[in-house]
Amino acid sequence: MNDEYAGDSSQWAFGTGFEDPLAGVDTTVPPGVDPAELAAYCLMLGDDALIMSQRLSEWCSRAPDLEEDIALANMALDLLGQARLLLTRAAAADPGVVPVLPEGSPVPAEDALAFFRDAEQFRNVRLAEVENGDFAHVVVRLLLFSVARLAVLERLRTSPDQVLAAVAAKGVKEVAYHRDWAGRWFLTLAQGTEESRRRLEAALDALWPYQAELVAPRPGFGVDPATVRDEVDAVLDQVFAVSGVERPDRAPLPGTGGEGAHTGALAALLAEMQVVARAHPSGRW
Amino acid sequence: MTTTPVEPEALEAAFEATIARHDRIEPRDWMPDAYRRTLVRQMAQHAHSEIIGMQPEGAWIGRAPSLRRKAILLAKVQDEAGHGLYLYSACETLGVSRAELTDLLLTGRQKYSSIFNYPTLSYADVGTIGWLVDGAAICNQVPLCRTSYGPYGRAMIRICKEESFHQRQGYELLMTMMRGTDAQREMVQESVNRFWWPALMMFGPPDTDSPNSARSMAWGIKRNSNDELRQKFVDMTVPQAEALGVTLPDPDLRWNEERGHHDFGEPDWDELAAVIRGEGPCNAQRMAHRRAAHEDGAWVREAASAFAERAGAR
Amino acid sequence: MSADRREWPLYEVFVRGKRGLNHVHVGSLHAADDAMAVRHARDVYTRRNEGVSIWVVRADAITASSPDEKDPMFAPSGDKVYRHPTFYDIPDNVPHM
Repeated sequence: MNDEYAGDSSQWAFGTGFEDPLAGVDTTVPPGVDPAELAAYCLMLGDDALIMSQRLSEWCSRAPDLEEDIALANMALDLLGQARLLLTRAAAADPGVVPVLPEGSPVPAEDALAFFRDAEQFRNVRLAEVENGDFAHVVVRLLLFSVARLAVLERLRTSPDQVLAAVAAKGVKEVAYHRDWAGRWFLTLAQGTEESRRRLEAALDALWPYQAELVAPRPGFGVDPATVRDEVDAVLDQVFAVSGVERPDRAPLPGTGGEGAHTGALAALLAEMQVVARAHPSGRW
Repeated sequence: MTTTPVEPEALEAAFEATIARHDRIEPRDWMPDAYRRTLVRQMAQHAHSEIIGMQPEGAWIGRAPSLRRKAILLAKVQDEAGHGLYLYSACETLGVSRAELTDLLLTGRQKYSSIFNYPTLSYADVGTIGWLVDGAAICNQVPLCRTSYGPYGRAMIRICKEESFHQRQGYELLMTMMRGTDAQREMVQESVNRFWWPALMMFGPPDTDSPNSARSMAWGIKRNSNDELRQKFVDMTVPQAEALGVTLPDPDLRWNEERGHHDFGEPDWDELAAVIRGEGPCNAQRMAHRRAAHEDGAWVREAASAFAERAGAR
Repeated sequence: MSADRREWPLYEVFVRGKRGLNHVHVGSLHAADDAMAVRHARDVYTRRNEGVSIWVVRADAITASSPDEKDPMFAPSGDKVYRHPTFYDIPDNVPHM
């Protein structure tokens, strides 16, 4: 078909230069690392990315303008890519975490984990799962999420697990852009119109109780999110200061998604996400 | 620099000569009003189709049955937003803004492709849309890379390059499903049954009943007639259907040795006319979705403008 | 326009495909300001690794030659064939030309 195109368009290097983030990476679990702990840690990071991606992708065809529609889809795709690598890593480290499917089912491990676990088995933060609201809501959600995730991923680049380190190195570049996108929109909405400021403050107020969970202590293998709390606070305070927005004074929600505490929104999200896969447990896609 | 006035006849002659040389018309060139109007109508309708076309497949992103398929589908629907954007930009080179075109779409004064008024009822539809609907679109679009209006042709080159994966992912999904369970194979056949005739209608009414076609061809805006492209699509698709193991739902479909083409049945042109009139299964839903997105985003667009103005004033 | 009181201005986008090449015009987009235009250009026009560097410029800031000026502006270069490499006849067996 290519010969039929008119003109010289060779300046567009379409579809080249895609890199396998795991090329040449040692996939054995390093000595001294408990495979079950490594798997649990990857599930937590992977579920955060998967559920957040699912919510972001709901924006597709609904954004304020075409350019932002494309931007939101890019971020959803970045997080989906992270989720796939992390769920696959969790399954490889500890096959015991993967739900058992009918004999002979061709469903790969990443999909068994995504589509055949129930809500209480997911380890994501509740900030990722709550229902979408207006555009201010997605801006605030992404800001809170990406500030914390970036801080964790930056430290994970030196993880003893080579796979996790490689996933983190790739993720840092992506999430840095998400944080920038959210930060700039936060400022824009804060200083745009009266309406945009009102909506931004409402979204911040609604989502703030979910923020503490992002930096709650999680002992065991991996970077403990509690160790990045000061950095996260400093970044958020800077965004609030530049935007002229007060840091909300609302109590954090008790419990964490990492321990299986979820809102009703997760079960509803999964009911939709899993419906086709579960109807065809031996299906090929 | 001094310029001498140019006679209208000379401008028209220069325009016709450019067309005759198969050279491109560029935005700042003189062009007949009717050429400009035809172009804007065709490019806008194409752009609207890309944007409305995000919805039928977009409805399945949340339910994609594997993470790989989810990524493919999201990237594909995102591409459609990009394609709409490129085409709106091409319209803007003729001085019509995207806001005006959006308004024309939302008030029903401009149309989009009738195919997007059909519902998507199973995940197989994602594959069928890629294979048949994008396949038909590619037949229409590849010749447009050589259309006479430069910005339109350049947008189409970019779109065709990006779309090369759209049809393949659809066909690959169907192939994979056909190797799956009986239920999946039934799903594929049922989906093909629903989309075959609407896909044939995507090429528009028969040539005998296509009022604007002749002039568009003379101007090099269109390169092939509706019926030529429809025939090409059928000939291309029949062996693909055989390889897939599905039946195309047309009892009259058979190879005609004499013509060197497949004969096929007549699409229901009354149905096409009804869908274009707005009586298709999903017309109202598609427009409501687009309108809601546009209206819900108004405060965001205003906020960004206000912010930029204030920042610029500082 | 009734639909939108103030549409975001139009920007033209130029992308450097890889090091060593010029920035090339790839298309346009809308953005509220320059910073947003760069981000939009990254999201819209480099989804497939098309570029290493982006320029954006407001479309209304571009000065163009008008069609009326076409002859005086461009005719002088039309006859300077010696500026083009194909003007020179070089035997096929001369390497690196």
